[in-house]
Amino acid sequence: MSGANDPYDPKQVAALSPEALDAAVAEARRAFTGAGGLEQLAAVRPAHLGDRAPVLLARRELGALPPAARADAGKRVNAARVAVTEAYESRRAELEGERDARVLAEERVDVTLPWDRVPRGARHPLTTLTDRIADIFVGMGYEVAEGPELEAEWLNFDALNIGRDHPARTMMDTFFVAPQDSGLVLRTHTSPVQARTMLSRTPPIYVVAPGRVYRTDELDATHLPVFHQVEGLAVDRGLTMAHLRGTLDHLARSLFGADAVTRWRPSYFPFTEPSAEFDVWFPEHRDGPRWVEWGGCGMVNPRVLVACGIDPEEYSGFAFGMGIERALQFRSAVGDMRHFAEGDTRFTTAFGVEQ
Amino acid sequence: MRVPIGWLAEHVDVPAGVGVEDLDAAFVRLGLEVEEVHRPAEVTGPLVVGRVLEIEELAGFKKPIRYCQVDVGEAEPRGIVCGASNFAVGDAVVVALPGAVLPGGFAIAARTTYDRVSDGMICSVRELGVGEDHAGILVLGDSTTGTTPAPGTPAGPVVGLDDVVVELAITPDRGYCLSMRGIARELGTGLAVPWRDPGAVTPPAWSGEPAWQVTVEDADRCDRFSMIALEGLDPTAPTPWWMRRRLAQSGVRSISLAVDVTNYVMLELGQPMHAFDRDRVRGPIVVRRAREGERLTTLDGAERRLASDDLLITDDSGPIGLAAVMGGASTEIGSGSEGRATSNVLLEAAHWEPTGVARTARRHRLPSEAAKRFERGVDPEMTVAALVRAAALLAEYGGARVVGTPVDVDTRGPRPTIALDAARPGRVAGVPYPPAQVTELLEAVGCTVDGDASLTVTPPSWRPDLTDPADLVEEVVRLAGYDGVPSVLPTAPPGRGLTERQRRRRAVGRALAEFGYVEAPSFPFVGTAALDALGVPADDPRRQVVLVRNPLSEEEPALRTTLLPGLLAALARNLSRGIRDVALFEHGAVFPGGERSAAPLPGVDRRPDDETLAALLGAVPEQPWHVGVALAGHREPRGWWGPGRPAGWADAVQAARRVAEAAGVELTVRAGERAPWHPGRCAELLVDGRGVGHAGELHPRVCAALDLPARTAVMELDVDALPPASVPVGPRLSSFPPVFVDLAFVLDAAVPAAAVEESIREAAGDLLEAVRLFDVYTGPQVGKGRRSLAYSLTMRAPDRTLSGEEAAEVRQRVVAFVEQALQAELRG
Repeated sequence: MSGANDPYDPKQVAALSPEALDAAVAEARRAFTGAGGLEQLAAVRPAHLGDRAPVLLARRELGALPPAARADAGKRVNAARVAVTEAYESRRAELEGERDARVLAEERVDVTLPWDRVPRGARHPLTTLTDRIADIFVGMGYEVAEGPELEAEWLNFDALNIGRDHPARTMMDTFFVAPQDSGLVLRTHTSPVQARTMLSRTPPIYVVAPGRVYRTDELDATHLPVFHQVEGLAVDRGLTMAHLRGTLDHLARSLFGADAVTRWRPSYFPFTEPSAEFDVWFPEHRDGPRWVEWGGCGMVNPRVLVACGIDPEEYSGFAFGMGIERALQFRSAVGDMRHFAEGDTRFTTAFGVEQ
Repeated sequence: MRVPIGWLAEHVDVPAGVGVEDLDAAFVRLGLEVEEVHRPAEVTGPLVVGRVLEIEELAGFKKPIRYCQVDVGEAEPRGIVCGASNFAVGDAVVVALPGAVLPGGFAIAARTTYDRVSDGMICSVRELGVGEDHAGILVLGDSTTGTTPAPGTPAGPVVGLDDVVVELAITPDRGYCLSMRGIARELGTGLAVPWRDPGAVTPPAWSGEPAWQVTVEDADRCDRFSMIALEGLDPTAPTPWWMRRRLAQSGVRSISLAVDVTNYVMLELGQPMHAFDRDRVRGPIVVRRAREGERLTTLDGAERRLASDDLLITDDSGPIGLAAVMGGASTEIGSGSEGRATSNVLLEAAHWEPTGVARTARRHRLPSEAAKRFERGVDPEMTVAALVRAAALLAEYGGARVVGTPVDVDTRGPRPTIALDAARPGRVAGVPYPPAQVTELLEAVGCTVDGDASLTVTPPSWRPDLTDPADLVEEVVRLAGYDGVPSVLPTAPPGRGLTERQRRRRAVGRALAEFGYVEAPSFPFVGTAALDALGVPADDPRRQVVLVRNPLSEEEPALRTTLLPGLLAALARNLSRGIRDVALFEHGAVFPGGERSAAPLPGVDRRPDDETLAALLGAVPEQPWHVGVALAGHREPRGWWGPGRPAGWADAVQAARRVAEAAGVELTVRAGERAPWHPGRCAELLVDGRGVGHAGELHPRVCAALDLPARTAVMELDVDALPPASVPVGPRLSSFPPVFVDLAFVLDAAVPAAAVEESIREAAGDLLEAVRLFDVYTGPQVGKGRRSLAYSLTMRAPDRTLSGEEAAEVRQRVVAFVEQALQAELRG
């Protein structure tokens, strides 16, 4: 080692000579590259980056140099150290990458294996479609009204202008309830909810009433003795058939797409006057776009308003009702009505929880 | 109502080029729903009218066979073999010549049969595809009378092969359209073409004594009664073929000329009539209500016990007809075949009050064609017109002549008028109609209209359904066209969304569906057998059912009081279809029975008073909303992960917990006992200490009775019995570290886990954040009749890091308390 005050040529301090540093760097690179794995790399690291490594030893020699030469040599030593460190880090990253790739490949699984450990459930399409329709009306400000399935005869018929001996009453194919004078029936339509609502609220009334109804039809591919309807009722000042059409058109568009509209055919219901049956233009029909029959509608018969204590000179109303099974028949191409009643899980599961 | 278009076209000038589709559309626009269009059967090739010239009876065959010479309009007659014998020389018949193909692809060719060459076929109605009659061949009539078409005339139009029949569904307000007359008027209006009223008949100048002595005692139920007498009817005279054809097209069976004519006129004019054998009517006719104990044998042969509300046509012998519904057997017209021939006839046409007719028809279960029309309203102007029309037909085809003058007991009052604001139809429709248009459309319906802005409208006699301004509004809007009503969305006032109850029902259904249960709504009809199979005891409230008086099946006459029969039937159905792992749920109303007062039937001219309304609503039983599940097979299927897990009692209980969570209430469970559950595997479900349902495995006997797999599990609870959910309070979250402590207690196996957990909570106090049972052990290490329950406790303080001493103290407290309260010992 030289004395501090000696005239000094750094090139003559062997450890600081560019050649020596280059050789050390080259040696380190060789050693790192030669390491076949992370363990080997760790084993050769101290020889080139440890306390006794050439580049670190060279650094100690710097103090021996005159200040003028120190800066220059310092840069060289630093560059050599950085080069060795980089060589090490780069080799380590390379080896770690290789290791990771190997481990991840070993951990590979078949992601297509099924994991259906929790069975699939479903809501019935009658339920989901009913909710969907109710939601459309709730979105318009309507409320959902309810009434019992076992209903007072007066509410199912008389209040709705279906007189005791009117043919429309016999045509309803009613289930009667014992005893003979019970005054109860299984409701033949959701319309008694209209009467209940008008008897319990004051206008303006905007309600929708989904529910289960009964007719004495034998179960077959096209008939159900128990089926579902959604009823709508609005009673307010100045309501017209135009408002009824607007409401049904809005429902049709909401359910069946922007191109859906309704078409009316004159018909007869004792509780509405005028009355119509309505068809809906269904562009997505499996056999091509077409009109499909859906429900009945009309302006609330003033006689019904009177029986329910609403002044027909002040208020008018409209009402409508449609079959949920019917809607599923065309919306979901259900061909056989019995599917709705059998509870076969293959049928229901196809509709999921929300469809 | 079946409408033969050929018949209709006699009364309406249907423009050339109007096809069946156009008619269909026109009917629909008018509110006459087209149910079906019956097109005639396809016949190709030569089908002609033939005249029978000679008949040779062939002997030696198993059945009578005829060989006929038939003039088919050719130079020489053709020889045709025929197996029928209902025709005579001179009759006009329908002949299919070789080359013709009859319905069903039945090709006609000259062929040898019964040792003769048959050069064609004489056809029956069924072979032509125009009816069902196959008892003999179709005889068009006696050609010697000159009323039948000449031999060789193409027979297609004659037998109606070119005639379409449109079947219309007539709504109950439009009784008028149960006739050619009504439909002709509607179609004439709808197509804006001329039409002729077949009811516009001028009676001939009859003279002499009144046809019969008639008294109407009940003018409220019969405001017009008309009758004529006819003599000299040939009882054997056949009904002309054209009439039989139209009756057949209309779905009416041909019986005899007299009966066929009354039916024909009913179809044409809408006026039902009845023909009495005049020689069998004893003394004056009286129209009156039935008396106590009276009986009548009606035309269908049934002896009917009459009610005092039944209106009768009577003579000195008693009842001879159930007015407006069905005639009596004692005065039935005989056509000779039953050894009794009627040549003198009393023809009756009357106007009966609709609701009385409806009651009688319903009481005697006789929905006859006549009753159907009277219930819906018949034009009272038509009685005499119908008699005139019928008399003319009976004269022409049966040689009958009218004797004396008609009886016409007419007590009708003036027709009521309706006041109508001319602007009202526009106000209802939402589109204005000029007053002139309103008047014009009402007149098209047949109304008489007076006034300009305030109209006085007299509806026509044939429209008893028009009683209120609203009825007139409908006529105006209907005829102006529903298509003209614009589409305007009204603005409803703001609503409050779904009610809590509605949200809860949805939440419950959705929770179960997302928990792997499939919704299976079933019909709510049950029978005793279903409750027997469930082992429901005789005194169980579920045995108190509401009975349906007219059930679809006598085996299931009651309404369900529990969801289980329907759920288990659906479960069995799925299993029988090869689906092995099934988990079903249903939610819906049940119908508890029991004594209750009858629901009143107040009037409808005003709102029922509060007391009546309360009685009415109170008579309707509560119908609580239940939810139930049923499951069998594996709850978790076997798979590549392992063997799977069979469904069992715990799943049913867990389903109940899931329901409670969705409903926002806290459910507790304790051992219960109730049919149809396994007594050792039945949980009673409680909320706030009140029983709301049960869950567990089915009793093995129930599984056996219903042929269900062992360990089938079910749950049912009353959703409506759950208290309202309270609004949740957001918990304060501590961010200090928790202390976890595991404790295992060994105790009597009969101590419920719920009791242990409750004790732990009680002893641990506020510092306990959570407790969870993580292991249950039974076996030799803990001794017989005992088990070990292992709990993991999470403790945390809200405001500080819990010290080791504090945690140890809580642990100590819990151990001491549980050991003491439940005779437990801490497992080392």
